[in-house]
Order: sequence, then C-alpha cells, then structure tokens
Amino acid sequence: MKLIKVDHAYKVYKNGTTAIADLSVSIDKGEFVFVIGSTGCGKSTLIKMLYREEKPTKGDVIVGGINVAKLRNSKVYKLRRKLGVVFQDFKLLPKLNVYENVAFALESIGLPSDEIRPKVLKAIEAVGLKEKARNLPSELSGGEQQRVAIARAIVNDPKLLICDEPTGNLDHETSKEIMNILNDINKNLGTTIIMATHDKELVNRMKKRVLVIEQGVLASDNMKGSYKVHESLKNSN
Amino acid sequence: MKALRILIRSIRDSFKSVFRNFSLSMASIACTTVTLILVGIALFLSYNVREVTTNLEKELTIVVYLKKDTKEEEKVAIQNDLELMKSADHIVESYKLKTSEEWKAEMKKESDALESTLDYLETNPLLDSIIVKVTDVKELAPTAEKLRKYEYVSSASYGEGMIENILGIFDAISFGTVAIVVALVLVTAFLINNTIKLTIFARSEEIEIMRLVGASNTAIKLPFLFEGFILGVLGSILPIVISIYGYILLFDKSGGYVFTKIITLTKPFPFVLYVSGFLLVIGSLVGMVGSYRAVRKYLKI
Repeated sequence: MKLIKVDHAYKVYKNGTTAIADLSVSIDKGEFVFVIGSTGCGKSTLIKMLYREEKPTKGDVIVGGINVAKLRNSKVYKLRRKLGVVFQDFKLLPKLNVYENVAFALESIGLPSDEIRPKVLKAIEAVGLKEKARNLPSELSGGEQQRVAIARAIVNDPKLLICDEPTGNLDHETSKEIMNILNDINKNLGTTIIMATHDKELVNRMKKRVLVIEQGVLASDNMKGSYKVHESLKNSN
Repeated sequence: MKALRILIRSIRDSFKSVFRNFSLSMASIACTTVTLILVGIALFLSYNVREVTTNLEKELTIVVYLKKDTKEEEKVAIQNDLELMKSADHIVESYKLKTSEEWKAEMKKESDALESTLDYLETNPLLDSIIVKVTDVKELAPTAEKLRKYEYVSSASYGEGMIENILGIFDAISFGTVAIVVALVLVTAFLINNTIKLTIFARSEEIEIMRLVGASNTAIKLPFLFEGFILGVLGSILPIVISIYGYILLFDKSGGYVFTKIITLTKPFPFVLYVSGFLLVIGSLVGMVGSYRAVRKYLKI
C-alpha cells in the first residue's frame, strides 16, 4: 500500500529557481528509502514537501492520504502528527532534559500526562538512552543527542519517519549506530523511513532503495541501489 | 478535555514566560501602570467636570433688576411675557419675583455688618428683581438681551463671559485628557507588542519544534495571548489601588468640594468601583491587543 505518492510535482521558488521539475515517485508502507543527490539538486525540497514545510507549485504530494498541495496552513498539524522528522542539527531544547525533550512533543499536542509517561519511556528505551533520561542535551555526545531527536520523532508512533541528513554532523562510528537504530525502528515498528544523505559508504552498506535526484528530476530509482549508481549516472551525463 | 489541557498548559507557560523575561515584563507592566494611573485620573477628572458642567447649566439664571419707579402693572406685564416664554417658547424654565424687601432680609442674614448697615439706612436701597432660569445655556444671552429692552428694567445679568469661560475650560480639560489617554494607550499597546515580539524571538526554537511535532496553531498562539493578558492585568493592579484609595482620600480631605461649593465631587461609591472595573478591562484589552498584533505579525503560522 502506498504511503507516499508524488505525482508530477514541481517546485519553483519565488526567485525563479526550479528545485523540483515533474517528479513522480511512490513509496510503500514499511519501506526504507534513501534520497541522494549533490547539493542543490532538490532533495531537501522534496523532503520538505513531505512534511509540508514547502508546498509544490504544481502537481500533488500525497502523504498518508493527505494532499500536501491542498493542505491549509491551519491544518498542517494534522499531517505532522502522522510523521516524525529528524534533522542534522538535532533541534533539542537545551533547558529540557532527555525525558522532557521527548515528552515535549506529546505535551504540545495535548496528550494527558498519564499517557505521556509510558510512551516517552518506550521511545527512550528504543534508542537506548534510558540511563540518561535526566541528562541535559549539553551533557550528551552528538550521537546521543541525535538519538534523543529520534526518540522524540517516534514517540507518537508515526507511520513515517523523515530524516534530513541525520548523520551529517556525526563521525563514522556514531553514524553507524544511528543507522542501526533507524533500521531497528523500520524492522520492528514497521515505520516507513525516508532519509536524505550525503554519506556514500552508509548508503552502499545498507542496500536499501535509493532515489537519485539530479537537477530536480528523479534520475534513478533502484530497489537495492548504491551511491555508485548515482555517480555512474552522473558521469554518463 | 484536550482543549482544557492545552488551555492549562498555555496559562502555565505564559506565567513562566512572564517571569523568565522578568525585566522585559516589568517594563511593560510599569508602562501599563503609568498609563492606567493617568487613565484613572482622566476618568475622575472628566466625569467630575461633566457633573459640574451639568450642575452649572442647571443653575444658570438671569437676575433682572427692575428700576425703582416700576409700577405694579409693569411688574405684572413683564411676568406675563415671561410666562409666555415659559409655556409657549420653552426658553424659560422658571421665573420668580424677588422683592427688595426679600433681598434685604436675605442680606441681613448673611452678615452682622450688612444687617447694621441696612438698618441704619432709612429707605431700602435695593431693587425689586425677577430671577429667571432658562432651559438651555445657549438661551442665556438672547433672553437677557430681550429683557434689557424693557424700559423699566435696570439690568439683566447672568455673569456674561464667566460662565462661557468656565465651560470652555472644562471642555478643554475633557478633550486634553482624552487625547493624552488615547496616546498613552497606544504607546502601551506598542510596548506590550514589543515584549511579546521579543518573547516570540526568544522562544523561536521551541515554536519551531512545536510546529514540527504537530501542535495546533491555537496551542502555539494561546500562551502569548495569555502573556499579554497577564501583563495587562498585573499593570492594572496598582492603578486600581491608587484610584480607589486616592479618590476616597481626596473626597474626605476636600469634604466633597473643590475651591468653591459650585464644584462638587461625585461620591466615591460606587463610582470608584466602576472606574476600577474600567481600568482592569482597559489593561487586559491593551495587553491582549498588543500581543495579538505581535503574534499575527511575528508568528508565521
């Protein structure tokens, strides 16, 4: 069953730059998909359209049955509650500890406190940070901070987890750890994961579906792709 | 239930924010306080001025003195004319003949010196008169002018110039206070607007995450609206206390009069309570309008 359907989507920014041009792609429930491409190729725009940070100029972007192109500003929250987003820069609140940072997501959407506690504990456990629940972000390593961000993204059991270069700020070993956690979430919880990345080695190792975006166009879509495909394509062009 | 939880959370967050940005909050509260104190003074002033003006207008009379040799039938004639002005033209509210003897008796009561002087004189030097009350302040001058045309009228006076001057001054006071108050209210709304703007900037990270995890726009906006409301209410406490105790003190110390017995003060109760309620409403409204504007402009949701 399709979770995401991008149908002839275009995105032209106000300054005239075309970020996405006639892009169509479908992603099934439970898939793990990498989105790769050189800087400025439009992959960030595609990722942003999925959680309605950007709206397509033309065409449809349907996520979990909601058409992002037609979603009004005041209703964006309905989409956001169905998905989790993880960024390169973690976006944690520095004054809140690990537990509070994760709980913040549920408090913000008005969940009662007796429902919040078990959910938060489960999410923190899933990323292996139970021991550090009372630590502030400043007391954690980069990898641990990203794990907190992942816990916050999955705490509300989303169908889709969007990761925008989650390992961009992390070293090799830590990136591996993060990938293992994401893989576990994908396998154990059945959460669909879409991850934009620059990390060639990581993509090659995982052997997942790879979407290559070049100049706003879907250049290739391989079920067990690797970064090499993308480079050979680039060379042949 | 969910709405209630969001409401409670918003109120809690707004209180936290007021104290987290304490110096900024204090600036807004202080400005609201100063403004509302002036609003209070303006309210007391303009209300009392209006009262005095109405009272003065009620008292507006023309004293018509008749010449010494006025005949009885002439006195009847002028009173008949006044009766017409009253019942047909509705210019005159009432009129009353006051004889020289009545004047004499009244003056003798006022002081011993006057009494002995008047007793010493063999004849009564005072004139017969008619006290004419008009229905409207505008009728004073033309009515007096009409009455002066009678041959046997010695004078018809109503304190020309003075009444108009007093009323003019009172009008100016009312207008001036309203203008100052409006300006101050705008300045306060602007300051609260700024406070909320800075709060929004300080919490931009938090707002971004709230949006990301799917908080509704209402849940994001509410804390800021409450914050403006709280600033307004906190700012109105001191002005309310000052206006209640200040006015009661003023009323007690002055005995209810300012300068002369003509200018009386309105009784404190329930007047001060109305003023207090009004100040509270103005304070909270200014706070909410200020924050609403900031939320609309700077919270891009």
